[in-house]
Amino acid sequence: MAGIILEPGSSVKYKTGDWRTFRPVVDPEKCTHCLLCWIFCPDIAIRRGEKVAEIDYNFCKGCGICASECPVKAITMEEE
Amino acid sequence: MPQVLGLTGDEAVAYAAKQSDVDVVAAYPITPQTIMVELFSEYVANGEVHAEFVCVESEHSAMSACVGASLTGARVFTATSSQGLALMHEMLYIASGLRCPIVMGVANRALSAPINIHGDHSDMMGSRDCGWIQIYAENAQEAYDWVIQAFRIAEDPEVRLPVAVNLDGFILSHCMEGATVLDDEAVKRFLPHRKAKYPLDPEKPLTIGALALPDYYYEFKLQQEDAIRKAPEKIRETNREYEEISGRRYGILDLYGMEDAEAAVVCLGSTGGTARAVARALRKEGRKVGIIKPWVYRPFPAREIVKATGNLKALAVMDRACSFGAPYGALCSDVVSILKQQRRDLPVLNYVYGLGGRDTRPSEIRAVFDETLKAADTGIVEEPLRFLEVRE
Repeated sequence: MAGIILEPGSSVKYKTGDWRTFRPVVDPEKCTHCLLCWIFCPDIAIRRGEKVAEIDYNFCKGCGICASECPVKAITMEEE
Repeated sequence: MPQVLGLTGDEAVAYAAKQSDVDVVAAYPITPQTIMVELFSEYVANGEVHAEFVCVESEHSAMSACVGASLTGARVFTATSSQGLALMHEMLYIASGLRCPIVMGVANRALSAPINIHGDHSDMMGSRDCGWIQIYAENAQEAYDWVIQAFRIAEDPEVRLPVAVNLDGFILSHCMEGATVLDDEAVKRFLPHRKAKYPLDPEKPLTIGALALPDYYYEFKLQQEDAIRKAPEKIRETNREYEEISGRRYGILDLYGMEDAEAAVVCLGSTGGTARAVARALRKEGRKVGIIKPWVYRPFPAREIVKATGNLKALAVMDRACSFGAPYGALCSDVVSILKQQRRDLPVLNYVYGLGGRDTRPSEIRAVFDETLKAADTGIVEEPLRFLEVRE
């Protein structure tokens, strides 16, 4: 009724990665692990990783905010 | 013991909300707000009710807050009017779509431009497809009685829809008249504490308001339609039980003289009172006239209206709002379509009247009856849509 979903947290099952036109690619050589991309990502689709930021392509919609915010230009947007 | 109080329509609604033991009222406190919530805020300040009063910055926020409160399982009331209802428009659909049994008092007033503030039905008619159950009261007594019944109807597990109780701006909202009120205990027994099936609860999280795309949206809308179609049965049940405690009988339609009427007027709200006085006088002159006054406008009382037109030879429908460019006013469009659907061939005259609070006097309603009786004789409708008491 009314579209109520009784199981909490079910949105993890809804993969939004296929909305993407451009994919962010992290250059591990340039990444300083400052994690600004992790803070700015509106879809919580970036994981902190061990040494470099890691993109979760299951949920990244390809908005490009991470690439735009990266202070060392370590993220490039590549066409899918 | 029931007692008679001198109440304006607004005060009657506020008093009913107070007795209904409302948990939350969220409202925008400035114009076009009414005395309904002003008085309720006094009850809160005086500690006469155990309700949370949320003062918000707009009607859009008022209805948003009401939706949130209702989803926690609270009993929620609010009120608005005119531009306020228009600003709420988006959230009205969310309240009904999320099946929130909110009750709202609406003092029906004109919409700008030009700026007006006086009574007509433009505001609610502009939102008539919002999925709310819509009740129209004729006087302060009816407004009081319907608010109490509205909570019962709205919160019924098979209905779970918001209800708007409409009262004509100024004519009812600001005019004082005697109204018999029930005692607090009787209302309390009539309205037990609300039990929501899926309340928002941090211990049992759930998702409300999720996305539903072409694969599911339609089914949820059909559930809503089923619920509002079930409402008349629940409304009748509520009316019967309310009659037992109040002695006042309500229903889907308020009929006068329809057992033998040949010409009748369909109208909503306070005009019903004026029309009844005129009809009574005409019947004394031996003219068979009647009144069909829907208490419930949504869901539309289709079957009831067709049944009521049994002996009629002509019908007039009075619309206190203009549907610009439409063949008829909104009420008349509904009436005509249902008569056509049921193959009831009847001359129908539509009158738009009283826009922006223009007074509708008995002489004008008498003229409507005269023309309707004439159509009953001749079977001819010269002008299907006319505008009453206006300078051309």
